[in-house]
Amino acid sequence: MTNIDSNTPMEKMTMGGNIYEAGNAREFKTGDWRSVRPVFLSEKCKQCGLCFAVCPDDAIPVGCDQKRGDFNYDYCKGCGVCAKTCPFGAIEMKEEE
Amino acid sequence: MSIRERLSGNEAAATAMKQINPDVVAAFPITPSTEIPQYFSTFVANGAVDTEFVAVESEHSAMSACIGAEAAGARAMTATSANGLSLMWEMIYIASSLRLPIVLSLVNRAVSGPLNIHNDHSDAMGVRDSGWIMLFSENNQEAYDNTLMAHRIAENEKVMLPLMVCQDGFITSHSIENIELVEDDKVKEFVGEYHPKHYLLNQDEPIAVGPLDVQSYLFEHKAQQAEAMKNAKQVILDVAKDFEKMTGRKYGLFEEYKMDDAEVAIVCMNSTAGTTKAVVNKLREQGKKVGLLKLRVFRPFPVDEVAEALSHLKAVAILDKADSLNAAGGALFEDVTSAMYVNKKQVPAVNYIYGIGGRDTRADEIEKVYNDLFEIVKTGEVKNPYRYLGLRKEAED
Repeated sequence: MTNIDSNTPMEKMTMGGNIYEAGNAREFKTGDWRSVRPVFLSEKCKQCGLCFAVCPDDAIPVGCDQKRGDFNYDYCKGCGVCAKTCPFGAIEMKEEE
Repeated sequence: MSIRERLSGNEAAATAMKQINPDVVAAFPITPSTEIPQYFSTFVANGAVDTEFVAVESEHSAMSACIGAEAAGARAMTATSANGLSLMWEMIYIASSLRLPIVLSLVNRAVSGPLNIHNDHSDAMGVRDSGWIMLFSENNQEAYDNTLMAHRIAENEKVMLPLMVCQDGFITSHSIENIELVEDDKVKEFVGEYHPKHYLLNQDEPIAVGPLDVQSYLFEHKAQQAEAMKNAKQVILDVAKDFEKMTGRKYGLFEEYKMDDAEVAIVCMNSTAGTTKAVVNKLREQGKKVGLLKLRVFRPFPVDEVAEALSHLKAVAILDKADSLNAAGGALFEDVTSAMYVNKKQVPAVNYIYGIGGRDTRADEIEKVYNDLFEIVKTGEVKNPYRYLGLRKEAED
């Protein structure tokens, strides 16, 4: 199924808005909802593993080495739960410009 | 050879459902359509059909169960009347917007209140903008025939819309008439099996039905429904052609009764067309050029065809068996007159609200309408286009 977005003409949209593909939430980038953005300060991070577990949207990628990387801003909505959880001040919330 | 029988309108609808043998019937009894699920549950109990009959706790649930069944990939049917349809109302819109070709037998009855169980069209008119195809039936034969044609129309790929077959409560639903039935195997072949392209129980294609449809999408989905409704018109005619090949019985978007040289005519739906035909015959014997346009397909509304068919008249009366209470006129009147206006056909038109709450509409009243029309032709004036027929009133209109 091709992606349907706010530019898709009616002829290309599915009947009744049916979704014919599973696991397609990936295609729906929700990062533009964000008004504050978490900033990852890697030098303060101890890789304790508390932040990614509380992210409601899987926006903190964790590699095979069990270490977290930078935020996935395509999906992070800026809720700030990770910043509250971090015991080391390694996540700072900043206003989006 | 077709089978000659005598059945009530409800028996005719139930018999059609038996021959169609749908996967699911979910229904809740309400007068005057009660007999349809009642007869059908007997067919289920006797093993005459292998339908899953769901004895739901309300009409809201009846339509919900039909929606679930259709979305799963099954063929679902139901029946109701009046307040039953009112209780379905929320789900009526969901059925059509999710493009589920459910077939409903609507035995028309007044929507309360005050409480009344008798025939008028207020239930049907309440859902006229809900995106359902609506077929009206003059008699038991038509109620049966329309039901046999219903799935072929609704399930057509270019349509995929739910459909209701209307007939007049008690007047046809409880009157026994001669009827010609089609043999079971012929019906089976005509209706065919339902194989939807996408459905929930398809394990090879997991799908989601009815997702949130925000500002960026609902408009286009509604326009798709409108497009499907436009497509339905040709499909209805195509299916009617096939039906005629099988039975010899001819159906169109409407029936024109002695319209060719008519000077004045009545437009109406359902059983009143039968009374009107008798009056037309009587007046024709007196040399009066009167005709009838009996609308069969109310949704999609045959805008251009109706305007063309009425264009040669000197005056036309549109009969509404439901009042829109809009201080302007009934729904059929509005549709017919706006169809004529946009097609630039100028014919003096008058509206009669009649038969509300099962009030009998007699032949002499229909004759009065024709006489009123001749008066309009003579004077060239329509003093009051929004009138009542058979209403007790001290002052004259």
